Amino acid sequence: MTIEEQKYTDIMKEDLLKNVKDKCESGYRLVQIGCGKFGDIFEINYSFEKEYSFENLRIKTTEGEKVPSISDIYWGSFIYENEIHDLFGVEVTGINLDFKGNLIRTTVKAPFNVKNVTKVKPEKKETAEKKTEDN
Amino acid sequence: MSRRIVVPFGPQHPVLPEPIHLDLVLEDEHVIEAIPSIGYVHRGLEKLVEKRDFKDFVYIAERICGICSFIHSVGYCQGIENIMDIEVPKRAQYLRTIWSEYSRLHSHLLWLGLFADSMGFENLFMNSWRIREKILDAMEETTGGRVIQGSCKVGGVRRDISDSKLKDMVKDLDILSSDIEDLCHVFFDDDTVIHRTKGVGVISKEAAYSLGAVGPTARGSGVSTDIRKTGYVAYADLDFSPVVETGGDCYARCAVRARELLQSVDIIKQAVDAVPSGDIDVKVKGNPDGEYFSRVEQPRGECLHYIKANGKKNILRERVRTPTTANIPALVKMLGGCEMADVPVIVLSIDPCIGCAER
Repeated sequence: MTIEEQKYTDIMKEDLLKNVKDKCESGYRLVQIGCGKFGDIFEINYSFEKEYSFENLRIKTTEGEKVPSISDIYWGSFIYENEIHDLFGVEVTGINLDFKGNLIRTTVKAPFNVKNVTKVKPEKKETAEKKTEDN
Repeated sequence: MSRRIVVPFGPQHPVLPEPIHLDLVLEDEHVIEAIPSIGYVHRGLEKLVEKRDFKDFVYIAERICGICSFIHSVGYCQGIENIMDIEVPKRAQYLRTIWSEYSRLHSHLLWLGLFADSMGFENLFMNSWRIREKILDAMEETTGGRVIQGSCKVGGVRRDISDSKLKDMVKDLDILSSDIEDLCHVFFDDDTVIHRTKGVGVISKEAAYSLGAVGPTARGSGVSTDIRKTGYVAYADLDFSPVVETGGDCYARCAVRARELLQSVDIIKQAVDAVPSGDIDVKVKGNPDGEYFSRVEQPRGECLHYIKANGKKNILRERVRTPTTANIPALVKMLGGCEMADVPVIVLSIDPCIGCAER
């Protein structure tokens, strides 16, 4: 079994741009930006690679906090930052190509930030409410 | 100065197999800027991980894409296996390698056909798909499925291939190689193909790298990157080098894929020669607890499965970054400055899989 070495560096949100700039100047390629919600915390991983050496910067944030965009450093990051905004509702400020919630259009807003993604249709909701009243 | 107009391109367009929308800002026939939009086929597959047993999620991971389905399952299983410290039997690793390369053959042949179709070269399109049928037949004979194989599982593979069948597969590939070479010659030397692809949609090596392009899109610009070189499954035991072209145009991206067909045949032959006997799976006990970034090389480029689990049967987070997502910024740059008539060919040249990208 080949195990690729996994390197994570936890950093403060305030230090994100400086650390990302360092990566860019050292010749790293941006592999991806990925978000996950664990409890009340959003964990955002910024993955980089240089000559098959794979490294990650990790920041943590909470609901309502803003995260700076790295698109001034890595132009192509807009695709990941818009995705994080649309799926998790995390506000990313200063994106070079900001779709304002229209990159991934979903019926339920920020579907990865809610417990239940099943949207009840209005007529069904009315029927359910009526049944509750009758009972 | 010419008047600027915005022409919508897609999501429904004869050349697009999947829905992507581009707002093309034009001056006469010249594209000044292209603004992409996706979001027509988002399925929320990553969210399903919270409701499925981690062993069953392989079936969903495989359905992220209908072309590189097998390699998605390898990426997911590899992530879980690394978290759980499962030693997958060598034979299973070789079988995964063989099926992965068959997937690459089938994907590249499909793409070459679609690319020929985007240029209006119907005969070349049909020839590419004629060869692809034989690859799909081999997939069906060995896994039971032409597109969705269902053969990879956490801890190994579900099906074995007998040694005699492996030898037959190599014989078939030998016959197929000459057909593939003939096909490659058309893509390399035909005037129509050269006219429509050379110098079109150029992206420099530096731009491809800094924009995070992957797979044939990056290699066509001279970036020598191929995640198979990290040595996952059985690639560490096999001898190959990334196929690199330096033109940075549609022709170079096409040439990379065409040359990779013959490389895949060679890798399969090496794997069949070296495949060890033994078990094809191990029993998996317990649940995963930890996290892992699993990277695999799909036909379209590097794919990443990030898995985080907390010791329960439902894992906490599965994040998939597909190659098309990574290639969209490079596509936007390629389109700037091109002619309107070249847009379909340039869009096709990154081999976009939007269903994959949106998951």
